[in-house]
Amino acid sequence: MIGDLALDQAGTATRDRPAAVIVEDLHKSFGPIEVLKGVSLRAAQGEVVSILGSSGSGKSTLLRCLNLLETPGRGAITIGDETLRFAPDRKGRLQRPDRKQVERLRRSAAMVFQSFNLWSHMTILENVIEAPVHVLKRPRLECVAEAEALLAKVGLAERRHYYPAHLSGGQQQRAAIARALAMHPKVLLFDEPTSALDPELVGEVLRVMRSLADEGRTMLVVTHEMAFARDVSSRVLFVHDGRVEEEGAPAAIFANPKSERLRQFLSRTRTAG
Amino acid sequence: MISSSLFEVLSFGAGGWGAALLKAALTTTALSIAGFAAGAVLGGLAAFARLSGGALGAALADGYGTLFRGVPDLLTIYLLYFGGSVGLTVVSHWLGGQGFVGLPAFATGVAALAIISGAYQAEVYRGAYLAIHRGELEAARAFGMPHPTMLRRIIAPQLLRYALPGLGNVWQLVLKDSALVSVTGLVELMRQAQVGAGSTRQPFVFYCSAAALYLIIALLTGALFRRAERRSLRGVRIA
Ligand SMILES: Nc1ncnc2c1ncn2[C@@H]1O[C@H](COP(=O)(O)OP(=O)(O)OP(=O)(O)O)[C@@H](O)[C@H]1O
Ligand SMILES: [Mg+2]
Repeated sequence: MIGDLALDQAGTATRDRPAAVIVEDLHKSFGPIEVLKGVSLRAAQGEVVSILGSSGSGKSTLLRCLNLLETPGRGAITIGDETLRFAPDRKGRLQRPDRKQVERLRRSAAMVFQSFNLWSHMTILENVIEAPVHVLKRPRLECVAEAEALLAKVGLAERRHYYPAHLSGGQQQRAAIARALAMHPKVLLFDEPTSALDPELVGEVLRVMRSLADEGRTMLVVTHEMAFARDVSSRVLFVHDGRVEEEGAPAAIFANPKSERLRQFLSRTRTAG
Repeated sequence: MISSSLFEVLSFGAGGWGAALLKAALTTTALSIAGFAAGAVLGGLAAFARLSGGALGAALADGYGTLFRGVPDLLTIYLLYFGGSVGLTVVSHWLGGQGFVGLPAFATGVAALAIISGAYQAEVYRGAYLAIHRGELEAARAFGMPHPTMLRRIIAPQLLRYALPGLGNVWQLVLKDSALVSVTGLVELMRQAQVGAGSTRQPFVFYCSAAALYLIIALLTGALFRRAERRSLRGVRIA
């Protein structure tokens, strides 16, 4: 009981902090198919939000909209103090948002991809300093020092002069996390960061993500790792068919799912895992 | 005394053809490099036109490639040189000039090699661009990298990596095609060998020397390409 109460208080405390990410009524269609049908969410600073949902429910699309790899059709996205609003023009076409604003938003929301997507012609140290030096225009020496610290933190200090192709998947994903951290983002976006990994490599990546959560970083994590969602996140979102079907503290979501769909989803993943 | 006459014919002193042949070899090299470089610009533009989706540009680039890879290279050179010269002569007659006006042979040769090699280089660049892993481009966008930076930092180095083997082949083609430019009267290696063969009546000596010089140029430049390839392959897992 006392444990529950403490957890609850901690949870409330996080929620009361200022928002790092606010998504309001986000819509996205690919041609005639509406994939996001009005998604809203709020992540306070330091919150770790896990996003669950079955294949095709729109999780990746949501994350990709957040740093504008996809342009939403309608809705609003706020990251830090930057807000972008989207609305179709009079003829109902997508309106391209202002390029400068898009680039600013992308710099504050760093993405970690399922397939790592490290730049293959650069060593991992070069990968980590690339955007800080050539996008943020920070002094190179300073970036190198910081990158070395970040690579040490994800356990890759010794491998910093290796090319991505000469590293294991787990090492590549940890390097990709270091690359994202080097941007000093306001939020980290993870799209199934462990799904492309051999089972024995999943643990090392989850450990790094856990340590980031402990540092109080704001993270949105699309994942199929139920243990991570239950133990690490401060909140869980269940997405179904382009909408947030259910949302709550992990304890409540896992112990006491309200919607029938979430119950089905959880029973499927339990029998599968 | 074949050996002494051979030595005399190819000597660098008075009456020897050594200096002339070397100079012609340099002309061949310069002609090929200039043609290849101008072809890189043409080929780059054509590849861009085909990739970037504009229907008219893509059709034009497609037609350009089909035409100049299909028509024999010698014919392209004839058409360019004599067609251009006829045009120039007509213009000069309008302006009150007389007689036949030839195009500058070196510039025509460069243009011909550029047009021909550009058609092949376009294919090489297009294939190389398509070989770049899409996710790496997406990562660059996701980090807010402006497009020109992405072109310079991510696309260009990888494009070169995938294009170099193909470009090496096109370069060999250009070097050999440069001999065809001799039909315009430009004194490059092939032409100089013909001239020497005719005036000394020792065709075998001259054509063998020319062959040796072509081979030396090909070997030296081939080594440069292989070195560039090795450099560009850093970070690629050799399966
Ligand atoms: N670029 C695109 N063009 C057309 N349809 C797309 C595109 N991207 C996604 N979709 C469609 O949108 C729907 C949602 O896709 P999304 O990738 O967001 O699902 P997801 O929840 O991430 O699924 P998964 O768990 O398999 O990764 C799918 O039906 C998919 O086919
Ligand atoms: Mg997905």
